[in-house]
Amino acid sequence: MDLSFSAEHEAFRKEVRGWIAEALPPDLRQKAELDSQFSHDDTMTWHKLLHAQGWVAPGWPEKFGGPGFDATKRFILTEELELAGTPTLSPFGLSMVGPAIMQFGTPEQQERFLPKILSGEEVWCQGYSEPDAGSDLASLRCKAEDDGDHFVVNGQKTWTTYAQYADWIFCLVRTDANVKKQAGISFLLIDMKTEGVEAVPMLTIGNQPAFADTFFENARVPKANVVGQINAGWTVAKALLGHERTLLAFVGSSRRNLRRIKRIAAETSVGGQRLLDQPAWRGRIARLEIELEALRMANYRTLARAQLGKAPGPESSILKLRGTEIYQQTYELAMDLMGHDALSWFNEPGVIPDHEQWVGPQYCYQRAATIYGGSNEIQKNIIAKWILGLPSK
Amino acid sequence: MDFDLSSDQKMLRDTVASFVKKQSTVERFRKLREEGKGWEADVWAHMGELGWLSIPFPEDVGGFGASFVEVYLLLEQLGTTLVPEPYIPSVVLAGMAISKGGNAGQHDKFLTPMIEGQTSLAFAHAERGNRHEAGVVATTATKSGGTWSLSGQKVFVLNGHRADRLVVSANTPDGVGLFVVDGSGPGVTRQTVRTIDEQGAAIIGLDGAKVDDDRRLGEPGEATVALIEHVLDYGAAAAIAEGLGVCHTMLEMTKAHLKEREQFGRPIGIFQALQHRAVDMFVELELLRSMAMLAAMSVDSEDVHERRRALSAAKVKLTTSGRFIAQQAIQLHGGIGITDEHDIGLFFKRQLVLDKLFGDDVHHVQRFTDLPDFAERT
Repeated sequence: MDLSFSAEHEAFRKEVRGWIAEALPPDLRQKAELDSQFSHDDTMTWHKLLHAQGWVAPGWPEKFGGPGFDATKRFILTEELELAGTPTLSPFGLSMVGPAIMQFGTPEQQERFLPKILSGEEVWCQGYSEPDAGSDLASLRCKAEDDGDHFVVNGQKTWTTYAQYADWIFCLVRTDANVKKQAGISFLLIDMKTEGVEAVPMLTIGNQPAFADTFFENARVPKANVVGQINAGWTVAKALLGHERTLLAFVGSSRRNLRRIKRIAAETSVGGQRLLDQPAWRGRIARLEIELEALRMANYRTLARAQLGKAPGPESSILKLRGTEIYQQTYELAMDLMGHDALSWFNEPGVIPDHEQWVGPQYCYQRAATIYGGSNEIQKNIIAKWILGLPSK
Repeated sequence: MDFDLSSDQKMLRDTVASFVKKQSTVERFRKLREEGKGWEADVWAHMGELGWLSIPFPEDVGGFGASFVEVYLLLEQLGTTLVPEPYIPSVVLAGMAISKGGNAGQHDKFLTPMIEGQTSLAFAHAERGNRHEAGVVATTATKSGGTWSLSGQKVFVLNGHRADRLVVSANTPDGVGLFVVDGSGPGVTRQTVRTIDEQGAAIIGLDGAKVDDDRRLGEPGEATVALIEHVLDYGAAAAIAEGLGVCHTMLEMTKAHLKEREQFGRPIGIFQALQHRAVDMFVELELLRSMAMLAAMSVDSEDVHERRRALSAAKVKLTTSGRFIAQQAIQLHGGIGITDEHDIGLFFKRQLVLDKLFGDDVHHVQRFTDLPDFAERT
């Protein structure tokens, strides 16, 4: 057992850190400093800079235009980007539909879609959840009916994150209503410009239009856009969930928030004493830091296995569960440190310090972290069944 | 970065696992408890023959020269069945104090017989007034001619009631020193204290106990205080490792119970409220395992601040995760978990001891926040 990184990996970390310092445009750097919200344009600017550097899709193999980084390099790159507070790239193309197309798509689909995901020319969103199909995803009803070489799609998707900015949506649609519910689902790629497709943004409790309802009314979609076999979409979706789970440990983001927490505690004085010097606050900060340290070590264990090409161990299943909880707790502690400043809601600059502006909204919006990607309760069901071997009936 | 074990490490782990399964099951602990025996000298000697008592010591003092990772692997296994032999007090505490603080003659005289399993040791530092502070010692040592005279009281000395020799901290005119004192020497009184886990400890009274100067380990003062703190960190890493084994067994027993126990005509493990609780235990166990590894890899570190940071974080996790697992294990067992007849309570109580040894979460949160880079570090 050994905690150190190899010289090659240490050198890579240095290279990444140096590159970010050079490449991040001043306006984005300022937003990163203040934890402001990045706009869609900001995110795409950063996407394109990373693409030019060849790092936009660290996990993609060279065959599909990625750098083919090993697990440790991927981890280092992600950690450094998160620590620097750069815009988080949309995962829907790079981490979800991209890998799905690589694994299940035809050569024509790979050629058509992958380069534009890499370049950022086409932005993707995810059409899974429906008003009546959340945790029970397999009961989805949005249907795709056979019409020769096309499907005709009718129904509604919801919580489609940033659908208003997306060029394409990957959907789970019902292609056979007469079989066991998981067996009648297909994985379908739909152009958002198709007639009959409409995304209607809705405001979240964080005051951002992060979600949308996406409606399909007689939208005609070529059958060539099915990834994998028709009626085998559930297999594709399950493979994707595996990708997503390891994405959601948020170690770097939580570490960045910890830095923000210490900054707020250092810059806020009560009774003439900095909160950072008050034992009760120090204790709370330390306890959260220690929980984060334990998560980081669990993440390292997962990483070390992946680096050796081994299947994920039991520790990997806890990453999403614990990572999202800790991420939420970082915003919670930041809010508590701010006192009534935490209650300020989108005021003019100067009402509260600039770097505190986004804490309240993020505290609200990030309640989503324990819900998306398979709610934490669903994760627990999975661990209970597949790892602890507890009976399901 | 590598969390894999070498083939030697795997072999050690498997040998110890086989030992606890065949030669030291919980039934053995239960029997020793009933007979009031504590631990057995022949099992200790057997551990010596197997080389287990030599693991962390350098080869030039007759040790195996391994890292603390090997100790972690061994103690995790010993924790799974509550093996009561005094590995932590004898090897990890007093052994490391003598190994690191002593000279060649002292190694021969005090460490070698212990490594061979012929003697056992104890580390007498804790006092009513010092909890786990390394540099706070009320026991005094005064020198007259070539002989020291020690007076004071030590509490909760693990294996103190049985040890052949005690490594005692005492305040000299030059600062805190460490002395090797015969357990049954003149001026030493030992009161056996029954403990919650039934493994026992001692209150050691020192009333002008005479110690020759050649039994002083190193020079009193800052270096010795640093050594005591390091020894307590070794103790913490050891407690975390054993605690991991204890918690592992509690989760295994709970899982088995959830599968076997039937109510409402089906196994209770089918109920989601109980499933999710068991998952919460599993999550805490995996986090604790991650931190036990960190502790084992960090405790030898020469960088004192890194060592403190890692060990304090890991020890906090033992308290928080360990208590959660132990409490939920009882809860999920229901009424049977409250009976002495069921083994789960034995593990519950051992966890509590490990939780308190070498600093609980409050102590270690304090030490963690006292680190010089606490304000900036993320």
